[in-house]
Amino acid sequence: MSASDPASRAWPAEGLTRVPYWVYQDEDIYRREQERIYRGATWNFLGLEAELPQPGDFKTTFVGEMPVVVARDENGELRAFENRCAHRGALICIKDRGNAQRFTCVYHNWTYDLKGNLTSVAFRRGIQGKGGMPADAKPESGAPRKLRVATCCGLMFATLSEATPPLEEYLGPEIAARVRRVMKEPVRILGGYSQIFRNNWKLYLDNVKDTYHASLLHAFFATFRLNRLSQKGGVIVGGDGGSHVSFTMMRTDTGSDEYERAGMRSAAGGYRLEAPELLETVDEIGDGISLQILGVFPGFVLQQIMNSLAVRQVLPKGVGETELVWTCFGYASDDETMTERRLKQANLVGPAGYISMEDGAATAFVQRGVRGAAERAAIVEMGGRGVGSDESRVSENSVRGLWQAYRRHMGL
Amino acid sequence: MDVELQLAVENLLSRYAHALDEARLEEWLEFFVETGRYRITTAENFERGLPLSILYADSRAMLRDRVTALRHANIYEAQRYRHTVSSTLVERHGASAVRAVSHFQAVRIMYTGESMLFATGRYLDVIRLDGSGGKPQFEEKVVICDSRRFDTLLAIPL
Repeated sequence: MSASDPASRAWPAEGLTRVPYWVYQDEDIYRREQERIYRGATWNFLGLEAELPQPGDFKTTFVGEMPVVVARDENGELRAFENRCAHRGALICIKDRGNAQRFTCVYHNWTYDLKGNLTSVAFRRGIQGKGGMPADAKPESGAPRKLRVATCCGLMFATLSEATPPLEEYLGPEIAARVRRVMKEPVRILGGYSQIFRNNWKLYLDNVKDTYHASLLHAFFATFRLNRLSQKGGVIVGGDGGSHVSFTMMRTDTGSDEYERAGMRSAAGGYRLEAPELLETVDEIGDGISLQILGVFPGFVLQQIMNSLAVRQVLPKGVGETELVWTCFGYASDDETMTERRLKQANLVGPAGYISMEDGAATAFVQRGVRGAAERAAIVEMGGRGVGSDESRVSENSVRGLWQAYRRHMGL
Repeated sequence: MDVELQLAVENLLSRYAHALDEARLEEWLEFFVETGRYRITTAENFERGLPLSILYADSRAMLRDRVTALRHANIYEAQRYRHTVSSTLVERHGASAVRAVSHFQAVRIMYTGESMLFATGRYLDVIRLDGSGGKPQFEEKVVICDSRRFDTLLAIPL
């Protein structure tokens, strides 16, 4: 893309039903997103509290492109601060996770406490009266920025801005209730991995919020005759449009898996699962919802696909690359059978997921497809032109919600 | 060192890699016993004692479902791998089985011509020497990828 002033970028006159393709490709827009979105009035997902159970536990992650340290301090409070030394800007912490009492920048040994306060400057007074800093130097003036941390049912979020509304308000009450639904009790982390998407971060978020594509792109359920068009569900859009939840109800005749098994085997002439236990599901939350995908602007996804639970953190890695950090979990109360069920159903998700592997490809197809068409725009008119909640998932309401929130943050 | 045993294991690993790289996935299944376990995970999960896999099957039936899905359900751009398997260490595990540890590298070649080092890591194998047809077969194969990152998607097994 040629460098152009983002201010000169005009959103198409049609409004939310159009997404101009420069939004995925323009380096200036990308830089402005870092400032206005990631370092602006948004809550950015950091991970699960269960990753940091003890005082001194820490992890390193990112808010947008900004590296951050997240730590539990001596009093059990969660802290987040920029992973950038006050002195020359080097990373303060160069581990992915661990337990520490303090952090010392390896370059010149400047030291920080678990709250991110600069606590010592090596040789500040020099050696034997020689060298060192002037008496009136203020090394803390360049200290790493501290982020506000908020949690919701064990999910950690951070923001740099004082203007960000309280987390629950930011999510919206209906979305917060759907977070609580899944994060209903203490969790046990089962593991994780990352998936690299060769596309702009917004294409992934858009994909998560796009309920229209699910049964069309992901052919696994249909191929094995598991497609259940009669299933009820819906989409709820919350917050300022940036939060959403989509959900699917199990059949009303749940209670046994016999119907499902019969359904598979009745697929005469089609394909059937030889190991259908993959999909044997327990209605553990007790409300008949078998699938719930919840997305929060700018980079958080909470997933319940049958008994597969996961959080996903969307991290921008340049205008055309995105890292999706997956953490799959169960509940601390799970027995061995339940854990095994979750581990098997993890086959549905991730880079090799039966119903998710295509996402990484499809979003990159857009990135590659629009390369010569920055001034053209995508059409987003399924389900009308609004951003309200919808009983139909043949709808792009939550996609329009994303762009409503995006444009407000960006002033576009 | 038992040279015949070493060669038998290396031969199995070579045939396994050739089958994958030539997209003979139905034949790839036959390298596992009926109750064979296969999973792909990361060194990070493995070292932290976390049980999650990227791909997990505890029977040949589950592996067959995977192959059926790759052939008929999942959508991914045309691609193939070129595996290099090396540094195989073999030790006896009971009367008719061995444990083997090998290194692997898999280059992924897309239909566009783009090639990348897609995955490196270790195979931790439990091999039954007198499997089907008297040939060695995997009772368990754990693929431990060195990196936690996967580019775009992992369709073809490693």
